Amino acid sequence: MSDQDDLPKLLGDCVHCGFCLPTCPTYVLWGEEMDSPRGRIHLMQQHADGTSLSGPMVEHFDRCLGCMACVTSCPSGVQYDRLIEMTRAEVEREHPRSMKERAIRGLVFQLFPYRRRLRALRGPLRAYQKSGLDKLIRRSGVLERVSPSIAAMERLAPPLGKAPRLPERVAARGERRATVGMLTGCVQAEFFPGVNAATARVLAMEGCDVVIPPDQGCCGALSLHSGREDEARAFARRTVETFECVDVIVVNSAGCGSAMKEYRALLADDPAWSGRADALSAKTRDLAEFLVELGPRAERRPVPVTVAYHDACHLAHAQGVRTQPRTLLAGIPELTVREIAEPDVCCGSAGTYNLFQPEAAAELGDRKALNVAATEAELLVAANPGCSMQIATALRHHGAAIAVAHTAQVLDASLRGLGRDTLIPHTPRATT
Amino acid sequence: MDARLAALADRLRGLLGAEQVITDPVRLRTYECDGLTSHRSTPAIVVLPDTAEQVAAIVRECAAAGVPYVARGSGTGLSGGALPHADGVLVVTSRMRRILEIDIPGQRAVVEPGVINLDVTRAVRPYGYYFAPDPSSQQICSVGGNVAENSGGAHCLKYGFTAHHVLACEIVTPDGELVELTADGPGYDLLGVFVGAEGTLGITTKITVRLTRVPETVQTLLAAFDSIEAGGGAVSAIIAAGVVPAAIEMMDALSIEAAEAAVRCEYPPGAGAVLIVELDGPEPEVAAQFAEVERLCRDAGAFEIRVAADDAERALIWKGRKSAFAAVGRISPAYIVQDGVIPRTALPRVLARIDALSAESGVRVANVFHAGDGNLHPLVLFDDAVPGAEQRAEEVSGAILDLCIEHGGSITGEHGVGVDKSRYMPRMFTDADLDTMQMVRCGFDPAGLCNPGKVFPTPRLCGEVPGVRRGAHPFEGKADLF
Ligand SMILES: Cc1cc2nc3c(=O)[nH]c(=O)nc-3n(C[C@H](O)[C@H](O)[C@H](O)COP(=O)(O)OP(=O)(O)OC[C@H]3O[C@@H](n4cnc5c(N)ncnc54)[C@H](O)[C@@H]3O)c2cc1C
Ligand code: SF4
Ligand code: SF4
Repeated sequence: MSDQDDLPKLLGDCVHCGFCLPTCPTYVLWGEEMDSPRGRIHLMQQHADGTSLSGPMVEHFDRCLGCMACVTSCPSGVQYDRLIEMTRAEVEREHPRSMKERAIRGLVFQLFPYRRRLRALRGPLRAYQKSGLDKLIRRSGVLERVSPSIAAMERLAPPLGKAPRLPERVAARGERRATVGMLTGCVQAEFFPGVNAATARVLAMEGCDVVIPPDQGCCGALSLHSGREDEARAFARRTVETFECVDVIVVNSAGCGSAMKEYRALLADDPAWSGRADALSAKTRDLAEFLVELGPRAERRPVPVTVAYHDACHLAHAQGVRTQPRTLLAGIPELTVREIAEPDVCCGSAGTYNLFQPEAAAELGDRKALNVAATEAELLVAANPGCSMQIATALRHHGAAIAVAHTAQVLDASLRGLGRDTLIPHTPRATT
Repeated sequence: MDARLAALADRLRGLLGAEQVITDPVRLRTYECDGLTSHRSTPAIVVLPDTAEQVAAIVRECAAAGVPYVARGSGTGLSGGALPHADGVLVVTSRMRRILEIDIPGQRAVVEPGVINLDVTRAVRPYGYYFAPDPSSQQICSVGGNVAENSGGAHCLKYGFTAHHVLACEIVTPDGELVELTADGPGYDLLGVFVGAEGTLGITTKITVRLTRVPETVQTLLAAFDSIEAGGGAVSAIIAAGVVPAAIEMMDALSIEAAEAAVRCEYPPGAGAVLIVELDGPEPEVAAQFAEVERLCRDAGAFEIRVAADDAERALIWKGRKSAFAAVGRISPAYIVQDGVIPRTALPRVLARIDALSAESGVRVANVFHAGDGNLHPLVLFDDAVPGAEQRAEEVSGAILDLCIEHGGSITGEHGVGVDKSRYMPRMFTDADLDTMQMVRCGFDPAGLCNPGKVFPTPRLCGEVPGVRRGAHPFEGKADLF
């Protein structure tokens, strides 16, 4: 990963054909070369040729969502994922940030990767939401004036319910087919605990013993995708250690899964860890990927609902997992899956993007919200907590609330025969 | 930047707002080339207008300041047509991407020039229509760029080039006036002159395109042959039988290898050439002709024939072909995409000569072509890290064009002349021909500010008497102004 000798070769792979442009969210928004993959690669080339990092250059790197749509659409096999990671690390090393930027980045990186700190925030946040103060503050726009990034964090916080604690081990129902480790994730665990509970249940109902190491930490995805390589390596080593006891690790958060599959490259230069990191990457599976490999056994019961399935970038582009979630959803009786227009274009969530580039993220969120609304689906299904928060917020902003769920929750409802009510609260079924 | 350009940039900011005028050197450089990266030049100013009126105002400002300007769409051109002028303005249409009107009963749509080719089809497909010109770059190239290059694609054989699908263009003339050119008005067919003029006669700001009905049925097959010659034989037999396929495309072993590496299209292993044949039209007609095509392919020696069972399989067959150019990046560090035309009957002879050229020079050449209309796209491979390799590749590439001319063909089928092939124009045209063309150009652009330095090998001063050249050219040393 730190192998700078690779850079000229990686840059040279780009033949300047432009095929990646229409799938790049920032090009779609602004139509400028510098905010396209081809333009960013050109900027990287300029830097490699000796032009020093300047404010404008860094601005265009910062605006990249890291959604990897360009990796999917590039016929020449340009490894933009590696290019942008190297570039971000370079920016972190070389480019001084303004005080304000430093403060916000510090806040995010000191908070999100740490479950205990997130947990500490839950109480006050819940009280804040219950008090109705949130609506008042939102209307006043005071946070926007202080910092658009903090305002984005506030807007994006999902409504919080109780967070059940997961046991260390959940036994398989019926004959055991596999033993799997489960990553609970930081944001997923604290803000979407229902998703983790559903994941564990679905795995157990499909015949898996689920091991949930209680001492697991952050996988390092946020740090890795923001160029904070040393921090990411530290998180990676710890995660490798934690999960050495299992043969498969099931991950229900797309961003975490893609980062864990990248440990191999992240720790490649560290002789003590490269083999262990390689093994971890090889046994990491997205939940949908794993369930399709395993094959269905538990009975699927009807869930009469129309869902729009959203491809999370870190699932579709970074891990190539597109068909599996659709296959799982299509396997549920009476459930209809609708496709969202412009499926390749990111919703603007992209890890920390909606915190650091709130305006662009909001524009992309609006675009995605309109496309989701056009499907007239009742339920939005996505496999990444960031995407769900982002799209739900944008839809609310358009006055078109939609229920959101993780693929795991829909499967859980089907396997347990709960119907649609747990997924779509308080709405009578449309009679059409 | 000199004072004159700085003052122009200020005025342009006044017109468009600061965000849409780029003068930062790092940003400017990202516009230094189009899809042909061997020619580079950083523009002095880049503007990103939103409306036709803004384009007209920009052109008027440039005209007043005597500053040259170049239009650019998506920057996928392969002849350096959108190469910027170092002391000029680059007018980029990538924000002018609204589809203004869809008129299904009238079978037409009105679009802004920056609209992406495939987006036109996406917008009208629900009504059972599509936009027929389908360059391989259709997912990103702009309709404005298609008009300027008169682009074609695999389906030109039956449906024609962009020129056959444009009903009207609103253009900004080099005087900065907005005018409408239409196909059916009385008088000279100025639209016909404008389409394919490579952006040297004005900037298109609105295009009325013809929409074509989606055919009742489409059938596609992929036939694998041992050699290019055997594939060529099948092409001749199909055409001789009176079948007009929607497309007949051929790829040789090297380009198959590249496509395989890029998109895993899973073409039959061991093929020396594959032929893609697509038929479309009314069901019974297609069924009958398709059976005949299959038989002709077998007779010509096809060792495997795959028929696409549905759209997904069809897309997979096409995926290999459509990604072939960019995919060559997988098997070679650098390459030149050549574009030449020969009479279809000369195909076997010319391909054999290209083979010989490649063997003699040691320069690998991959062949992808629109076999039905004799449009060749040899891809000349080289390693840009090896000194002299690019030069050798250029020589082979040039020699291939000579072959085309020698066999009664042309130096470009669809990628245009641009800056790259202007030097070959005298091999195809006499001085008198070129002078006549330049007079047309002077009629539109007497000051020579609109995309100067493209298409023509030598500069010419409007008002100069054709054919008579005495002494030093008045623009000597500033030749690239014209
Ligand atoms: C991988 C690949 C495959 C390709 N395949 C094909 C193919 O199959 N068939 C084919 O024909 N071409 C093909 N091309 C070439 C290219 O895509 C076409 O020439 C396309 O029409 C260019 O469109 P653009 O928007 O990128 O134009 P640009 O490259 O930006 O510009 C091309 C020319 O058009 C002029 N221009 C652009 N917009 C305007 C305007 N509004 N008014 C006036 N002039 C304008 C420019 O000045 C320039 O001279 C391919 C290119 C690539 C990279
Ligand atoms: S990662 Fe996403 S935002 Fe970044 S250049 Fe690629 S497509 Fe654009
Ligand atoms: S990254 Fe790939 S798709 Fe994009 S311009 Fe480069 S080669 Fe083409």
